[in-house]
Amino acid sequence: MNQSGAQTRAPEHLDTLRCRICHTVTAAGPYHVCEECFGPLEVVYDLEGLRGTLTREKIAGRPTDLWRYRELLPTAEEPSRGKGVGWTPLLPAPRLGNALGIQDLWIKVDSSNHPTQSFKDRVVAVALQRAKEFGINVVGCASTGNLANSVAAQAATAGLSAWIFIPEDLEEEKIIATGVHGVRLVRIKGVYDDVNRLCAEVADRFDWGIVNVNLRAYYAEGSKTMGFEIAEQLGWTIPANIVAPMAGGSLITKLRKAFKELAAVGLVREGPEPRFFGAQATGCAPIISALESGADRITPIREPVTIARSLAIGNPADGTFAVATMRETGGWGTAVSDPEIVEGMRLLATLEGVFTETAGGVAVASAAKLSKEGRIAKQGPTVLCITGNGLKTKEAARSTFELGESIEPRLSEVERLADSAAQQRL
Amino acid sequence: MSVTVRVPSALRKLTSGQSELTAEGNTVRELLDDLGRENPGLLERIMGADGDIQQFLNVFVNGSDIRYEDDLDTEVSAGDEVSIVPSIAGGGVIEQ
Repeated sequence: MNQSGAQTRAPEHLDTLRCRICHTVTAAGPYHVCEECFGPLEVVYDLEGLRGTLTREKIAGRPTDLWRYRELLPTAEEPSRGKGVGWTPLLPAPRLGNALGIQDLWIKVDSSNHPTQSFKDRVVAVALQRAKEFGINVVGCASTGNLANSVAAQAATAGLSAWIFIPEDLEEEKIIATGVHGVRLVRIKGVYDDVNRLCAEVADRFDWGIVNVNLRAYYAEGSKTMGFEIAEQLGWTIPANIVAPMAGGSLITKLRKAFKELAAVGLVREGPEPRFFGAQATGCAPIISALESGADRITPIREPVTIARSLAIGNPADGTFAVATMRETGGWGTAVSDPEIVEGMRLLATLEGVFTETAGGVAVASAAKLSKEGRIAKQGPTVLCITGNGLKTKEAARSTFELGESIEPRLSEVERLADSAAQQRL
Repeated sequence: MSVTVRVPSALRKLTSGQSELTAEGNTVRELLDDLGRENPGLLERIMGADGDIQQFLNVFVNGSDIRYEDDLDTEVSAGDEVSIVPSIAGGGVIEQ
């Protein structure tokens, strides 16, 4: 397939992709780069045409997965992939809110997403649906772990071959949760950015659908569904503040797009945008560095050093757009240290009963810091995006509690422990 | 000396469809200049108006981004792998 001769069965508005930079329009296909300026390509929707036809009632009558918003997703046919993905809980988090000093705090719990317990299930569902429409039978990804899990699982559901490229030193939990699905796992001697660069060349060489490379224009659209759900779950209103972790910077950018589109089609009332707050780890914070310094370019981090491995992208693909999202909406961002990340995980687990991975710890710890600095406005709901599950990075949580002694199976032993605990409380 | 340079599909209209080209030079800049002489229009597409590589293109020598080396003055020798790879999504200038 070449860029000028792409064929698709998409309805008219999905027949094309538009460059986000120079606005050149090209035929839709598995391409991510504008041939004129090399800028990223984006899906074009007929939002005006959806006004009045895509209603709250119509959406309410649909199954509770991300395809309930299908008109705002790049699918040309009745979706057959990604069933049951999305529609994760949005829960009030008053105890955490109290600890962080944030009134009306909510958590969007993508750590319970289907099928692989991270927000990446959303982007993969959309990418694989589009891959089907393009007749692509081999898919793949460059991944720090969560994406690998999701491509592997959803490729298995769809009966596709999958080539999964990961840094060789990834957490074992993420390697196992990928390999178990029967995919071709390719471990690369290097950091994520080496894997990413290689996959850019792989996508160019083979007729494969690398979801976060040549299917990226479609893949990234899946992130919007987290925003659509937040609005619907808040009774079709838009939150005042959103705090989200940033790796490549795509999620925060697409959440903003989601709320804009909902307003454009009339599903929510036109009004102020949410303020977006981005969170990174200090060991890999190229987006925050650009935000804080006012730089107009992202300076890549060559060798990230952080326990938040899923955020360890030194050369963030959407970094510049993420900075613009934070600046233009009146939000801000911050970076947190490894001990702060672990404390963030502990707070969420002990106060709200949600065991998140390190990336979630980054979001919680950053929200705490931003709240303390007075950056997060007090009025209106604040939504904290919990993007991954703690069982995938369980070692990071090991230091948050003491295992205690083993005892004989006797009641007297428990009485002794209870007495000791009572003494400690005094 | 002669070095092989891989070009992305987005540039192949200017290379008669070839994905690998051979160029002469001791630095990345010299290689690109040589490619430009052999393939009219190619150099103008690779380089931005500021004389640097286009904001959405990256050049790698043996897998290492030349921004981490000496940029266009990064030295190359025979047998090196040089790749021109479009950025995935952003990586460019922040729109003010």
